[in-house]
Amino acid sequence: MSQSQPSRSVARRVFATEFNDITYTFKESDEERAPVYGLLPTGERANRVFIAGTLTETQDVGGDSEYWQGRVVDPTDTFFVYAGQYQPEAAAMLREAEPPVYVSIVGKPRTYETDDGEMNVSIRPESISIIDDDTRDRWVVETALQTVERAEKADEHPTEYATMADEQYAITPSAYSESALDVLEEMEESHD
Amino acid sequence: MEDLTQQAKSVHAQFDEHLDLDVDAIESRLETLVSKYRIPPEEAQRSLIENYREEADLNHDDLDPRSNNHVDVATIDEDEQWIDVRVKVVELWEPRSDAIAQVGLLGDESGRIKFVSFATSDLAELEEDSVYELSNVVTDEYEGRYSIKLNRTTSITEIEEDIEPGNDHDDQTGALVDIQRGSGLVKRCPTDDCTRVLQNGRCSEHGEVDGEFDLRIKGVLDDGTTVQEVIFDCEQTEELTDITLDRAKEIARDKLDTGAVLERMEPDIVGRYFEVTGPKFGRYLLVDEFEQLGALSADEALEQLEVTA
Repeated sequence: MSQSQPSRSVARRVFATEFNDITYTFKESDEERAPVYGLLPTGERANRVFIAGTLTETQDVGGDSEYWQGRVVDPTDTFFVYAGQYQPEAAAMLREAEPPVYVSIVGKPRTYETDDGEMNVSIRPESISIIDDDTRDRWVVETALQTVERAEKADEHPTEYATMADEQYAITPSAYSESALDVLEEMEESHD
Repeated sequence: MEDLTQQAKSVHAQFDEHLDLDVDAIESRLETLVSKYRIPPEEAQRSLIENYREEADLNHDDLDPRSNNHVDVATIDEDEQWIDVRVKVVELWEPRSDAIAQVGLLGDESGRIKFVSFATSDLAELEEDSVYELSNVVTDEYEGRYSIKLNRTTSITEIEEDIEPGNDHDDQTGALVDIQRGSGLVKRCPTDDCTRVLQNGRCSEHGEVDGEFDLRIKGVLDDGTTVQEVIFDCEQTEELTDITLDRAKEIARDKLDTGAVLERMEPDIVGRYFEVTGPKFGRYLLVDEFEQLGALSADEALEQLEVTA
């Protein structure tokens, strides 16, 4: 394949527990427009994520202009999504949505430091879609599989990102892998 | 003059074993013939080759017809490369213009590729199902699709061996994470054999034209580890979105905006899973068939993990 086109960042599949544990971000070049990566605790870099879950609540938390917050719940925790004037389509989606409803979201991880010095991470959406339960279920299984795969890879063939995660985070990849397996087992039981 | 450099390299390669030539020197001779004497580039190249052949005291047969890079058609991913291919004529199509002598599909074991030969090149006609060694053809790219152009300097040698053209259909599964510009209801340039999508009523080649409406979706499928750009043509887009071309025109008319069509389509397709199959042309997979995917079984996922664990 020709390399003339800069390649698009892949959208990582990550559960809310792992996503919310992202406290470390980095760039791989000094250029101003270089992509910012969130470091996943399972040892992978994420410039983009694809998530799905139940949109349970929306709220305009903006001052002068609209700034919409959405809470999206997956089997492990809650994602926070924020869309303002620079994400007009996603903001409109949150404004008009009638929770609870299943959504899938393509977006970028954004970290910010709170007043008491804690790192928080949220999603800046590129698109928000209302989906059916099959699509949501597919995402849960797919995300569990990919979480386990990432953790295995970090353990067996650690990349530079796995090493970085080992240095930056206290929780080990295997903890996320176990939690992903729990999710699959719960799903299996609920289908019986 | 990128073309001349390529041509010079091609000439240089042919005489590599026979003469001590320099690519720059060949290019400058080509340049003189083309710019000063207004000789078409292919003709200039032919006459230079003839010159060098005499200089090297070689017969026509002595020249290695496979001096260019001999390539598999599926690996072609760059514009304006001079190459040789060994291919079977899979299909011949009706040329849509008098300027075109032949147009159709060639294939080798790796895959298939479109070819064009021009009336002005005065070449022998290719026959369907015959196998040929084609040397000195040029690659061409249009919207991520590659083709090869035969030209005056192309040599065509029919060969006895049979080739089973490969089926380079790819299969890709993933979430549709993005739809790119130039999707939805678009207008194409009506000029013969052009069909470029217009930007603000203008064709990048033919300027302002009255476009013809078409539907297409250029999107990105992402499976969490790789991304693949995909194109749904009119028929596939109609099936994907449940909006026909006629309906799309109505929507655009009602809203006085062609963009309204994509706005209507997007909410039903973005953020969902699809499996698509079709041939790959450069960066793009051209969708022949697709299926929207439902739930994965947690049961099977667990089994799969136990196998790998």
